[in-house]
Amino acid sequence: MTSSNDFQWRRDRDGLGVWEHRGKVAVVGYGHSPVDRRWDEVNLDTSLGAYTIMACEKAMEQAGVTIDQVDGIVCCDSHIAGGSGGTASVWAPRPYFDPPYDSEYGLTLINAQWLINTMGFKNVKFAPTGVPTIGEMVGMASQAVGDGVCSTCLVIYPTGNMEGRYRRGGENADDYARGARQWTVPWGNHGGNDFINIFPHRQYLMKYGGEHEDLVHFVRNQHKNGMLTPWGYNATHNVQPISVEDYIGSRPILNPLRIWDCDRPVNASAAYLFTTSERAQDMKSQPVYVLNHSQHNFAFRTTQPDLDEVEMWTDRQAARMYEGAGLGPADVDIFNPYDGYSIMTQFFLEGVQWHGVKRGESLSFYAGDISVKGPHPFSSSGGNLGNGRTRTAMYTDSIEQLRGTAGDRQVTVRAETALCAFTTPSSGGWLMLGKYPS
Amino acid sequence: MPKIIPVPDELSQPFWDAVNEQRLVLQNCTACDKLQYPPKADCQVCGSADYLEWKEVEGKGHVATYIVIEDGRLNRRMLDQPYNLALVTLDQDPTVNFYSNLPGVPPYEVPLGAAVEVTFEEVAPGQLIHEWQVVE
Repeated sequence: MTSSNDFQWRRDRDGLGVWEHRGKVAVVGYGHSPVDRRWDEVNLDTSLGAYTIMACEKAMEQAGVTIDQVDGIVCCDSHIAGGSGGTASVWAPRPYFDPPYDSEYGLTLINAQWLINTMGFKNVKFAPTGVPTIGEMVGMASQAVGDGVCSTCLVIYPTGNMEGRYRRGGENADDYARGARQWTVPWGNHGGNDFINIFPHRQYLMKYGGEHEDLVHFVRNQHKNGMLTPWGYNATHNVQPISVEDYIGSRPILNPLRIWDCDRPVNASAAYLFTTSERAQDMKSQPVYVLNHSQHNFAFRTTQPDLDEVEMWTDRQAARMYEGAGLGPADVDIFNPYDGYSIMTQFFLEGVQWHGVKRGESLSFYAGDISVKGPHPFSSSGGNLGNGRTRTAMYTDSIEQLRGTAGDRQVTVRAETALCAFTTPSSGGWLMLGKYPS
Repeated sequence: MPKIIPVPDELSQPFWDAVNEQRLVLQNCTACDKLQYPPKADCQVCGSADYLEWKEVEGKGHVATYIVIEDGRLNRRMLDQPYNLALVTLDQDPTVNFYSNLPGVPPYEVPLGAAVEVTFEEVAPGQLIHEWQVVE
């Protein structure tokens, strides 16, 4: 397998113009496994490997594609909890099982080679290693299909979670701070999207007014949309939407960030099938077309990004995406930004200027009608707050809305374009989808 | 509980050496006249390493904003919870910022906008870190 670095696929600079493959690549299938809170560490039929196979099979079945037709696999081969996963993310030193569960692969990690061996893919010619997260993987697959590196490509995002406090091991259990952590950890910043965003969020409130608690409208709406998402954690576990009182009284984490501002780690897997628009016409599902993909990886200028920096970054992300798609804010019908922490979503909303929302206007926008049946169906997926930390609801909902198959979540406004992402303000990627190729 | 101990590397060694002498030194690009912290291999403005030098700065700043860590993930700091984590901007260049637990300030009682000055705190024998103290 090749490294992702060998293939120049990123669209991560300003001023790249309209994407050369705009409308020539399509998403033709998706599949979700069940979404569990954790793997029970006993039943191999509910392991991360089994769930990933299930997601791939569903995605292929939806499009009527056979294993032999798949010639590309882009699979996130790192654990979602990263270096701080600890016992929640590593099976060793416990004894492994019979093949294919005779290593970490299949239990806590999935990679393309494990899937090729286990599922019997015979014709895969593009299976990069060291691939990034879902926010960028969809761009990588889109470019690979557009460039002809492969023609029918599975994108797979496994999110494993086992017993144990999430991200309480590894480097977070270390008495020493090494590398970049020497500048943050001694004072208590364990790193991650919560810390990247909580300080700019507080500065946002100071600059534009409002209270942290004003986020409750957005959080509750995410929970409501999650209950309308049949495969998500909340719907399958009957997690009823919280009340205002529940939210305000919930446990502080990084005060003012509360537990209900954070998504719920889960054990799940999802797969998406990309192909050329031409091939898509012969498949049994309704294609949704890729109008652009873009990425960003902005360097911090100092220890902690501040509000000015985050606003500048999100402005640039939006400009790159709009330029590559040949669209503007008024053209985006469905908008599913990342919401792993509720405190960051306003930065994306205002950068993209969806439904005309400008800097400082998000909290009042949230207080209006953002329901899926209303005029501003913001984050119709329910995101990660409403479905668990699969980081994929934004993509699936966008596909379903454009197909008109979102069921109880189907919006009543026009649904011909959709912008979705898993991203932080500093790094990640965006994907613009269209009901039509142009 | 003592704070987590920084491990200097080749790039950061001069910084931590100065901290251990109770001095605050930052990288400065003489071509751009720009301070940068944390240290990087190159100047973030011009991209060159040729004009980077260490420059002692006056340890004065202001509290920009803060949070209170109540349920963090760092084992060694669990017993300290809840504790303040403030964002301090450097007066000499407010685009440079630092974290601080603001020693002496009770949790939730952080004076926003207050002036602070650098101080130094031992986290292991012979290893100091830079902290910031509110100026009365």
